[in-house]
Amino acid sequence: MPAIINLKNINKTYCNGAPLHVLKGIDLEIQKGEFVSIMGASGSGKSTLLNILGILDNYDTGEYHLNDVLIKNLSETRAAYFRNKLIGFVFQSFNLISFKNAMENVALPLYYQKTGRKTRNKTALEYLDKLGLKEWAYHMPNELSGGQKQRVAIARALISKPQIILADEPTGALDSKTSAEVLDVLKKVNETGMTMIIVTHESGVANQTNKIIRLKDGIIESTEDNSQHNFSSFGTQNLK
Amino acid sequence: MISLFYEILNTIRQNKMRTFLTGFAVAWGIFMLIVLLGSGNGLKNGFSSNFGNRLMNVVQVSSWRTQIPYAGFQTGRRISLDDRDIKMTSDEYGNYINFVIGNINLGSKTISNGAEYLSSSMSGVSPNRIIVDGAKIEQGNGRFINDLDIREKRKTVVISQRAKEILFDDQPAVGKTVNVDGIIYTVVGVYYLENRQDVTTSYIPISTAKIIYNRGINLSNFAFTLNENIYDKETNDEFMNNYRKRIAQMHQVSPEDDNAIWYWNRFEDYLQMATVSKYINIAVWIIGIFTLFSGIVGVSNIMLITVRERTREFGIRKSIGASPLSILKLVIVESIFITTIFGYIGLVCGVGVTEFASQFFEPAAAGRDSFNAFLNPTVDMNVAVQATLLLIIAGTVAGFFPALKAVKIKTIEALNNK
Repeated sequence: MPAIINLKNINKTYCNGAPLHVLKGIDLEIQKGEFVSIMGASGSGKSTLLNILGILDNYDTGEYHLNDVLIKNLSETRAAYFRNKLIGFVFQSFNLISFKNAMENVALPLYYQKTGRKTRNKTALEYLDKLGLKEWAYHMPNELSGGQKQRVAIARALISKPQIILADEPTGALDSKTSAEVLDVLKKVNETGMTMIIVTHESGVANQTNKIIRLKDGIIESTEDNSQHNFSSFGTQNLK
Repeated sequence: MISLFYEILNTIRQNKMRTFLTGFAVAWGIFMLIVLLGSGNGLKNGFSSNFGNRLMNVVQVSSWRTQIPYAGFQTGRRISLDDRDIKMTSDEYGNYINFVIGNINLGSKTISNGAEYLSSSMSGVSPNRIIVDGAKIEQGNGRFINDLDIREKRKTVVISQRAKEILFDDQPAVGKTVNVDGIIYTVVGVYYLENRQDVTTSYIPISTAKIIYNRGINLSNFAFTLNENIYDKETNDEFMNNYRKRIAQMHQVSPEDDNAIWYWNRFEDYLQMATVSKYINIAVWIIGIFTLFSGIVGVSNIMLITVRERTREFGIRKSIGASPLSILKLVIVESIFITTIFGYIGLVCGVGVTEFASQFFEPAAAGRDSFNAFLNPTVDMNVAVQATLLLIIAGTVAGFFPALKAVKIKTIEALNNK
């Protein structure tokens, strides 16, 4: 299987006053259809890594290939184009536009693909239906529960048929029951063949994924196979 | 483009108050601009209406008593203008003038036709008098005094519309005779003056006036029209200084004696009015532009706040594939949209108010021999179109800087903006 994501020796330094070396040479390969979680304490660089993966931020040295395209020093317009075509985002704080209803929020990526209004709304309704939110299509985000909002966000991430889904703490703002529901949805999406990368600090969430990448102080500490879902918060090695 | 408008309408619908406040600033700006320009035009029109149809290049020369001792003469000497002044003027100043006309005021006369009569002032005049006064004679109402009347010293009279109504009611007057203090004159014409319908002055040929009323060569006053060699304040002043000295010399009075011989130079008045008009115009535009400008600054400010408020939204849009250009378009087109719509409302209201005011000031101006300070305070189509264009440009400018700001914020920073 070809690697959909290929990182080679990625370095990133923030220069706010004192330089802060956040990512210190990340090498990572993620295959198409994988269900991966990135774990790490705060400050480990996992958010930075996700931002780089999502072309929301750039890196200093190294090489990042997404779907065999080198992602480096892109113009804002080009970056926006790749985000729109290749990546679906699911955020901790949902990031729905408050003055648009669920359907319009879901349809928004298609607006930037210059799809006609009728087609995009029809497609948005289909995706909302898949996620069991058809009756909520015309509700505004503030009329939806946290779980519903996150499902709307997932529908929005899926509508542009991206290559990968990047989820940044997708259950961070949800209670345990809704978290389980949302994870279930993500799992089902992965089962359709979608590559899924979740950044989390919750071991329960990570345990649902098939591969766990541990980040510590800007380097990959370990990559563990978790296809048996028998992950312990101390790492699988410790069980042996 | 249609999709973009849906996006913008969507935003506007969700932010009614903000949109209204923005729009109000613009509408008010353009409204004030139109009202100010209309008022300025009203003032100008008021001014020029007071000049009526009279020629603007006329200099009238009159005389009275001296008040400065000169060449051994005491003050209080009565100065009288006469035919020699006319001859001198046309002979020596022919390069600067079109024609000279003399005038003899005969004072108040009683004019009667059968039982009807009226008291009217009467003047002995030359044919060109009609041009100088801007009097009009309608088709079928005869003619003014002509050269033949002058040469043959005919007893003809031209009466005003008002006098005709009194003396002849609705019967035709031309060809009829009237009795002027015992002397019979034939009416050859009926004239009227625009905006001065109660004038009753009657005109007879100047040559007739001289013999019947025994005036010799003396004139009450005379007037001449300046030609194209006198075209601005400098040429006018130079000519007048020279001419003043010459006339003063003829009558042996001090050139500084404004009481002995005085001049009414309508061209000077006209120049003054033109200057006043120009300054009113400039003032109105400056005030108007600044009012509009403050409206635009208002829009720009509100757009800046809007961009600040919507930073996170722009971040979301960018994260799902909005290019910087599309964000720029979103903000600028919204700005143009708001300024244009509300600007148009302001424009329509402004034009409405000026048109209403125009109706309101109309009756005061009609008919009466009154001074119009204000007349027809409206703006023309051209100005309205210019103002609209200005608005659209203003909208673009007002939106541009906030939009640029919106684009410059990095996507992650925008997303983390709470």
